[in-house]
Amino acid sequence: MSEPKISLQHVYKSFNGKEVLRDLSIDISPGESLVIVGGSGTGKSVTLKHIIGLLQPDRGHVVVDNTDLCCMHAVELNAFRRRFGMAFQEGALFDSMSVFENIAFPLRRHTKMSEDEIRQRVEECLEDVHLHGVEKRRPSELSGGMRRRVGFARAISLKPEILLFDEPTTGLDPVISDVVADLIVEMDEKLNTTTVTITHDMKVAFKIADRVAMLYRGEIIEEGTPEEFQRSENSIVQQFIEGRAQGPLTEE
Amino acid sequence: MTALLERLGRIFIRFSEQTGLWFRMLWRTMVWGIKSPYEVREWSRQMVRVGVDSIPVVFLTTMFTGMVLALQTYTGFQRVHAENFVGSVVALAMLRELSPVLVGLMVTGRVGSSMAAEIGTMRVTEQLDALKALATDPVHYLFVPRVIAGILMLPFLVILGDALGIYGGYLVSVKLLGANPLVYEQNTFSFLHLNDLWSGLIKSAVFGLILTLTGCVRGYYTTGGAEGVGKATTNAVVSASLIILLSDFFLTKVLF
Repeated sequence: MSEPKISLQHVYKSFNGKEVLRDLSIDISPGESLVIVGGSGTGKSVTLKHIIGLLQPDRGHVVVDNTDLCCMHAVELNAFRRRFGMAFQEGALFDSMSVFENIAFPLRRHTKMSEDEIRQRVEECLEDVHLHGVEKRRPSELSGGMRRRVGFARAISLKPEILLFDEPTTGLDPVISDVVADLIVEMDEKLNTTTVTITHDMKVAFKIADRVAMLYRGEIIEEGTPEEFQRSENSIVQQFIEGRAQGPLTEE
Repeated sequence: MTALLERLGRIFIRFSEQTGLWFRMLWRTMVWGIKSPYEVREWSRQMVRVGVDSIPVVFLTTMFTGMVLALQTYTGFQRVHAENFVGSVVALAMLRELSPVLVGLMVTGRVGSSMAAEIGTMRVTEQLDALKALATDPVHYLFVPRVIAGILMLPFLVILGDALGIYGGYLVSVKLLGANPLVYEQNTFSFLHLNDLWSGLIKSAVFGLILTLTGCVRGYYTTGGAEGVGKATTNAVVSASLIILLSDFFLTKVLF
């Protein structure tokens, strides 16, 4: 087996004495699309933020490209993050800037591209997420689905090796959710990135995943290909897939 | 008794934490301040915001302060037959004390609060995380231009405030109270030292640093949604104003 691109090793994290991640370990191979599913408050977002070093583990290691993020100086870590593209839950677009400026932001800061090249690259990125003619609009003038897509475009502008999606379809209607899921598959294939997505939408998860992992109470309780995952005998996993109110997930 | 001590202890710990945090962020701002890329566009945008946009407020505040100061000192000085020195007092007070402090406080209300609200909103909408994810340190991109704008623009506002305050005093004394314009003018400037101007300008640069950095730090550590942003804004104004007034005393003592 090849070296993992991303490796979480025995990660523990607590907030105000409440343990959120408990001995979380998972390896992600280069080019793989991993989807982490789980209920609200199980530490999905926290896991994603550890991968990009927005949070540091209390114990354990986060290793990306054989580099341990925990031992990095803030300035080094800042530079290291150029390998990542992260799309946030509500897009997290800079509302003081237009759509164009949002996508051009990382290009202006981290490359020596000319204004023409930047314009061209922004157009390419918007093309990749199937958006046209929105460059001059402000984030507040966009619909939820469009904001997500602009967020995707901004995340891919520096051609990252790793793409992270934080709840890409939460709050979107089923049709737009499906469009967004298709888009993630498309971007993953086109850019050949390692992709980590967190979601609680099983339909989306099965669509975009090479491998699905379920997070429950800060631990991975099941992982496998979408087919294996669907056949899992774990009653927690089954309850989550079916979305039933009765079962071990809701019994304390 | 123990409960009281416990409370005092907790207040002390919180105070120490906040002070430490403030100086840590000051250090980080200095470290990032010398690093490229320099966002010249963002720097100038913030300078307009702190400097140019504050001119109307500074205009009214200092002008009327100069006017009222002339009125008040006239009343007092008349009793000891020292009306001729109203001009000197107005000029000294404006340059050394009133212009820097009033401009500092007014800009805190105008700009410090809006910085806290802006950065606080960025925190609760994950825009600060997005900045980091785009390999951009928020201290570098947000703090540095704001703090630099504060340090550079406040002295300019204070020079303007000095001039307006003195002119306000002149207007009231000469036009309203019938002082001799020539004598007034002479008394205004003949007792001034260059140090009076400098000490005010140095103080105002420090106030500029305090009010912008406090606004940024309060915004940066916002927690808990819209309510949190509101608290951060209030805290930024209250603590920046307090720090300005306290440091004013010590700075004056040092710069005397």
